[in-house]
Amino acid sequence: MTGLFDTIIQGVLLGGLYALFAVGLSLIFGIMRLVNLAHGDLIVLAAFTILAVVNALGIDVFVAALVAAPLMFAVGFLLQFLILNRTLGRDILPPLLVTFGLSIIIQNGLLEAFSADSKRLSAGALETASISLGGGLAVGVMPLMVLLSAIAVIFALNLLFYWLPLGRAFRATSDDPEIAQLMGIDNRRIFAIAMGVAMVVTTIAALYLGIRANFDPSIGPARLLYAFEAVIIGGLGSLWGTLAGGIIIGVAQTLGAHINPEWQILAGHLAFLAVLILRPRGLFPRAVD
Amino acid sequence: MSLLETRDLTAHYRDLQALFGVNTRLEEGDTLAIIGANGAGKSTYLKAISGLIRGHPGSVVFDGEPIGALPAAQIMRRGIALVPEGRRLFPSMTVEENLLVGKYGYENPGAWTVDAVYSLFPRLKERRHQPSTTLSGGEQQMVAIGRALMSNPRVLLCDEISLGLAPIIIRDIYQALPKIKSAGTSVIIVEQDIQQAMKVADRLYCFQEGRISLAGGPTAFTREEIHVAYFGS
Amino acid sequence: MADPGYRIEIASQASRYVTFAGAILLVALFLVPFYASRGLVQELIFVFYMLALAQLWNLLAGYAGLVSVGQQAFVGLGGYLLFALTVFGEINALLAIPLAGVIAFVFAFPTALVVFRLRGAYFAIGTWVVAEVYRLVAAQVKDLGGGTGTSLPVAVTNGVFGIEWLKAIFDMRTALARDMVMYWIAFALAVGTLLVVYRILRSRRGLALAAIRDSELAAESVGVDGFRTKLWVYAVTAAGTGMIGALIYLQTARISPDAAFSVLDWTAYVIFIVVIGGIGTIEGPIVGVIVFYLMQTYLADFGTWYLILLGALAIVIMLFAPRGIWGYVAARYNLVLFPLQRRLIARKPSVHETDKV
Repeated sequence: MTGLFDTIIQGVLLGGLYALFAVGLSLIFGIMRLVNLAHGDLIVLAAFTILAVVNALGIDVFVAALVAAPLMFAVGFLLQFLILNRTLGRDILPPLLVTFGLSIIIQNGLLEAFSADSKRLSAGALETASISLGGGLAVGVMPLMVLLSAIAVIFALNLLFYWLPLGRAFRATSDDPEIAQLMGIDNRRIFAIAMGVAMVVTTIAALYLGIRANFDPSIGPARLLYAFEAVIIGGLGSLWGTLAGGIIIGVAQTLGAHINPEWQILAGHLAFLAVLILRPRGLFPRAVD
Repeated sequence: MSLLETRDLTAHYRDLQALFGVNTRLEEGDTLAIIGANGAGKSTYLKAISGLIRGHPGSVVFDGEPIGALPAAQIMRRGIALVPEGRRLFPSMTVEENLLVGKYGYENPGAWTVDAVYSLFPRLKERRHQPSTTLSGGEQQMVAIGRALMSNPRVLLCDEISLGLAPIIIRDIYQALPKIKSAGTSVIIVEQDIQQAMKVADRLYCFQEGRISLAGGPTAFTREEIHVAYFGS
Repeated sequence: MADPGYRIEIASQASRYVTFAGAILLVALFLVPFYASRGLVQELIFVFYMLALAQLWNLLAGYAGLVSVGQQAFVGLGGYLLFALTVFGEINALLAIPLAGVIAFVFAFPTALVVFRLRGAYFAIGTWVVAEVYRLVAAQVKDLGGGTGTSLPVAVTNGVFGIEWLKAIFDMRTALARDMVMYWIAFALAVGTLLVVYRILRSRRGLALAAIRDSELAAESVGVDGFRTKLWVYAVTAAGTGMIGALIYLQTARISPDAAFSVLDWTAYVIFIVVIGGIGTIEGPIVGVIVFYLMQTYLADFGTWYLILLGALAIVIMLFAPRGIWGYVAARYNLVLFPLQRRLIARKPSVHETDKV
């Protein structure tokens, strides 16, 4: 029984990572109704950026992430301002196809710059440290940090949305982009800032991704799918829902792996499909959409 | 020089022309009423001034500056605020949040603060933390007006603020206009309710099929003349 | 029914010339294996099946508004069905191809049940998830090679109906006969797909699709059942894609989950072909596949840079010329090769001009 309980705890912690992948996607869709097919590849790009900073400056990986975050903010801002803003509108094809093209460019660009070799971010002793929960159960410090970070990020974003003028501007633009302009809100800048914020969250996700497992330029699309599944399961418009969605995917995966290691990823996808069939709007959908 | 002028203002929706060279003047301190039937171009006129529809720079002149080609966010910063048709409050926000977002783009200190709006519309104060979607039509209209006032605009554009409201509520809302005027804001109201419009207007324009059919002080015309200007002969 | 006083005409003057020229081209293409090198035959097979995939994706995304990033599910399904049917079912490959199409058609229904719950971009990613599920399940089928895949027995590839017949008549080697049969199957599928897509779009269903694409709500208000129409198109596209997958893997003779369900090969390249050529037109994918073929031939050696170029091109086209090469040319010179616009022509000579519908 401890084995099963342990599996579920591992799943919950893994869910924290998937939630971090998903929060950026959820944010962007909530504010500008844009689904970014290159999202997973941007996570990988952030991971490689952190790696490059570590190699260039020889600093600790967490400090490197702090350096990479504003860089990724700028990448997101410019990407949205110069390219993605032009795709927004009634037609769903342009954003889909442009971000798809972007995905291919990022993957191959990273391949050219870093080769296909697997890389890893090193967090030293933290990687193997664990905390005992009593009753013979122990959890790794890193996975626990990931879950706590996910919770902290969602908390901070909600704070932003509900307490800061910028957050009100985000919500206004999400509710009614036309009228938001009458409030002096420049949609193009707001969208660019939102994408920048999403990229900062993505950098945090990338940090933990890189510490936890090997990464290479091709793993982006799989992360996109997990992020997407977490958002759908949670329900569009709810960041805490996204956390719940991530946890469900994580637990499904670890349970699947528990039965047969080859079934890990499939189990996650099947859990997603099950929720989609039973509760198409997700578990905590926002009433207004 | 007038505070706000439109000069030969035209507007199109795709292939459909909605305004055909409209010339109007708003003097500082005045309340201007725009009347006309449905589809006459009244809302289009306000959208063109507020920047939701853009045209030639010189088609709208504010304080001597051509603003006809500017986007809405910039026009708001210059001191023109629109209370849009249908209220269009932000559904995910409370009453107070809707008011606060009204001054996002332009922190302009002046008479209108959140508290001042609550003095103008006391009913809103009790409901300040309620989601805007739970308010009645009249209360929503009050929020919409308050939201536009938050940037302390020099010109307030009101698009059909009486639409869908009971007469007693309309009266309450219109009682706010003189107070808005005395605080220093000039007002343009677009109204289908001719009686209300005539009561508050210093000057009147009647639109018919995208053109001005009548212009002058509200007492200058007979009912017969207004009827013809409104509906055509 | 009383004479309505008008008739509906679709053919244009230009299109009649095109029909004639097209017929000649078709005959020339049909005879290719008799006069061209093996290399060219192989290249044309590739062009044919990519064209067919592009026409189908275009029907789904450009006309029905169902942007799928998961059609590789049916390509792989078709491929695996071909292997299963020929190896376990001992059915001749020539029969297995249409049979794979029928089975794919059936699979499309439960698949749609799931993915139709999503809309727009989420629908797109949903189809990708489903394709991944297909891939992961296929990797579990140990009898077909599991994760590493398997090869088709020579008996199957050499036993396709028609090969023995060709060998007998023309006294040719097995390899050549096999190539010819493969070529004609591919040719038939390409032409068939084009004709089917064209017929669909000329039919009432096609008009319904156009209406749905423009405004589903408005379409439903005039009696179009959006759900059933889209479901039907999805299933038919799946059937076609399945058959093409079966052909591809009959020709390749080796299958693995990663190859059969590859997003790059069966979705990215297909999307690129449609977007560059011109989405929402039948001529577009034809132009697109020619451009793609040229790029593949001359630039594929550049590896990652080639792919970066493709991605960048797709972005540039989508932003600045969203109707693709054909869209631009057709608009500029007012060309239509596969006319679809319906025109009302008054029957009796009258003062009324013909109106475009």
